[in-house]
Amino acid sequence: MLNVLLFAALPYVSVVLFLLVSIQRYRRDPFTFSSLSSQFLETKELFWGSVPFHLGILTLFFGHLVGFLFPRGMTLWNGVPIRLFLLESTALAAALLTLFGLGALIVRRAAAPRLRVVTSAADILVYVLLLFEIGTGLWVAITLRWGSAWYTQTVVPYLWSLVRFQPEIQLMVDLKLPAQIHVVGAWVLLGVFSFTRLVHALVAPVPYLWRPNQLVVWNRPRGAAKR
Amino acid sequence: MDVRAQVSMVFHLDKCIGCHTCSIACKNIWTDRKGAEYMWWNNVETKPGTGFPTAWEDQEKYKGGWEKNGDKLEVRAVGKVRGAMTVFHNPNLPTIDDYYEPFTYSYQDLFDAKEGADQPIARPISMITGKEMEIEAGPNWDDDLGGSPVYAVNDPNLAHVSPEERSALFEVQKLVFFYLPRICNHCVNPTCVAACPSGALYKRGEDGIVLLSQERCRAWRFCVTACPYKKVYFNWGTGKSEKCILCYPRLETGQAPACFHSCVGRIRYFGIVLYDAEKIEETLAADEKDLVTAQRRMILDPKDPEVIAAAKRAGITDDVIASAQKSPVYKWVVEWGLALPLHAEHRTLPMLFYVPPLLPVMAANGEQGYDTTIAGGSGDEKGPRDTTVGFLGAIDKYRLPLQYMASLFGAGNEGVVRYALRKQLAVRTYRRAVTVGDVSLDDATRLLAEADTTVEEAEAIYYLTSIAPADDRFVIPPMHREQAIEMLDEPLAAKGFAGMGFRKKPERGS
Repeated sequence: MLNVLLFAALPYVSVVLFLLVSIQRYRRDPFTFSSLSSQFLETKELFWGSVPFHLGILTLFFGHLVGFLFPRGMTLWNGVPIRLFLLESTALAAALLTLFGLGALIVRRAAAPRLRVVTSAADILVYVLLLFEIGTGLWVAITLRWGSAWYTQTVVPYLWSLVRFQPEIQLMVDLKLPAQIHVVGAWVLLGVFSFTRLVHALVAPVPYLWRPNQLVVWNRPRGAAKR
Repeated sequence: MDVRAQVSMVFHLDKCIGCHTCSIACKNIWTDRKGAEYMWWNNVETKPGTGFPTAWEDQEKYKGGWEKNGDKLEVRAVGKVRGAMTVFHNPNLPTIDDYYEPFTYSYQDLFDAKEGADQPIARPISMITGKEMEIEAGPNWDDDLGGSPVYAVNDPNLAHVSPEERSALFEVQKLVFFYLPRICNHCVNPTCVAACPSGALYKRGEDGIVLLSQERCRAWRFCVTACPYKKVYFNWGTGKSEKCILCYPRLETGQAPACFHSCVGRIRYFGIVLYDAEKIEETLAADEKDLVTAQRRMILDPKDPEVIAAAKRAGITDDVIASAQKSPVYKWVVEWGLALPLHAEHRTLPMLFYVPPLLPVMAANGEQGYDTTIAGGSGDEKGPRDTTVGFLGAIDKYRLPLQYMASLFGAGNEGVVRYALRKQLAVRTYRRAVTVGDVSLDDATRLLAEADTTVEEAEAIYYLTSIAPADDRFVIPPMHREQAIEMLDEPLAAKGFAGMGFRKKPERGS
């Protein structure tokens, strides 16, 4: 019963919350979409936190995503031991980088009185969940070796079974405890995602790279003004 | 010809008394809020001086504005590729300490303190943390401290001044300063807009006001770095950037912006100008020394029939064109060539222009101090002044070195500054001839010709400088907001409502 709750019900609740709340918040409360940067109040220590954290977590996120989208490709890649080592060590390095960055961010925020003023309960929740997720991820990486190999055989089919609305929770039940905890933590994180500052990831300014420099907004269509 | 209209401004620095009434008017209306306490959309600084935020002109530190690489202009520090590299930590972002930590005082202690041997005092309290603090800076920390070896000496513009002139500026008996009021320049080529990753900053097409959508801002903070004038501020409370909105709600109802309206010295002029958007690229490509004149050439003569026809084709209404024809800004900037943009070298095409100050009207005269025989003087002399050859040449011995003024207002070109100062001096002398009579009218008229002006023009300059009432100083174009709203909403559907705006309190998100 608990397994159904954690591996079948929770994912759907989380995904629905993530989608509905994000969209609704974007439409109703665009003002609250912000990275809420605190660099203006403290910049020196931010460098040692923000940069490693973001680089690390983006690497990890896209690693998981590639495995989810191209499980066969990842399995083939891992067919040669040296490539498996390369992938695994990159992932481990990214995880350590993320942990270091997150640690630096938490220490920074706790230490500066100015930053405490701009820290909300949601921010603390985000710190706890991210720390939990990275901690369990490292636990998995160290105790259940070659995660990139078994990830594509267990978690990816499970995720796709959720997509097909035929959850195969047995795939999760068969996993070891660290991996199970890591998966549950991920669902919780996804569920609260859209209630927190994490939404800034959804509005990452990618189109900026190719948009024209200047932006002129006309209240009236040009040339169509009344006399 | 692609004619566009742009609201534009002139500040006459000779008239600024440094009273900060403009700053207070703005503060009371717009930035008296949590997270915005430290912001001064309008501020007045003492020059020579470091300004606000401290040493904002030091682009080695702040890296604002455009950079010309060959034929291409790039945002200096936070352009597309360079911005992407620094998105997680921007090394060129000013922090609150570059401005000042906003403070208040624990006034309640004056009432609540227990009875004791000492007088109770109100201690300074940080408006960020609410804790006691030491005040180390303020928005106007070096006010009136021209000549100060602690503050004024750090003015980045002094790098362009020769060592002798520089040391003269710091001798007590020779020191000199003037005030520089600053608001957002509402540039034609704003770096803040170009640098905003989320497209929150934009220029209004109809009037050229640069605005920042609070709902689209995501706190990437590139705008703060990109603006070479440091006129985009980061609200640390809401996590959004903010900037001067040129009081557009006032403009749309026919009122001058609050800082203009409240100006005690009546130094401010407001009007619309027409410019040719097709000439922007050509203007931006100009050599640094030609930037000021190139920008003037970009502005079109609103009385030229061809311009009027093109403006109509571009959808500019007749009443806006009529307003442009009456614009005092066009006169100051283009017709008279007296008003100059601030730090044009950043190539943002700022649309706020300054009439460089003539004060104090004394030329340096070697060891003997100052030559007081020009335009007024100490009154020791008897009889008519000697206004023979070389009179206007005294501008070159102007008390504030021309190189310094050129660094501020000429993009390094002394010529445009000298022209403006000579003309002002000639007008002043001419008016002295008319009203006081200790200068002969013939001499004065000859001086006018030397300074490339005429009696009619001198009278017009004098009128707009000294006499003009508010309606001549602020020629506010009709903004036709009603038409803009019709495009979005059925007008009758909104009948009875106060207007548009925030649906709820703009509070920090989570």
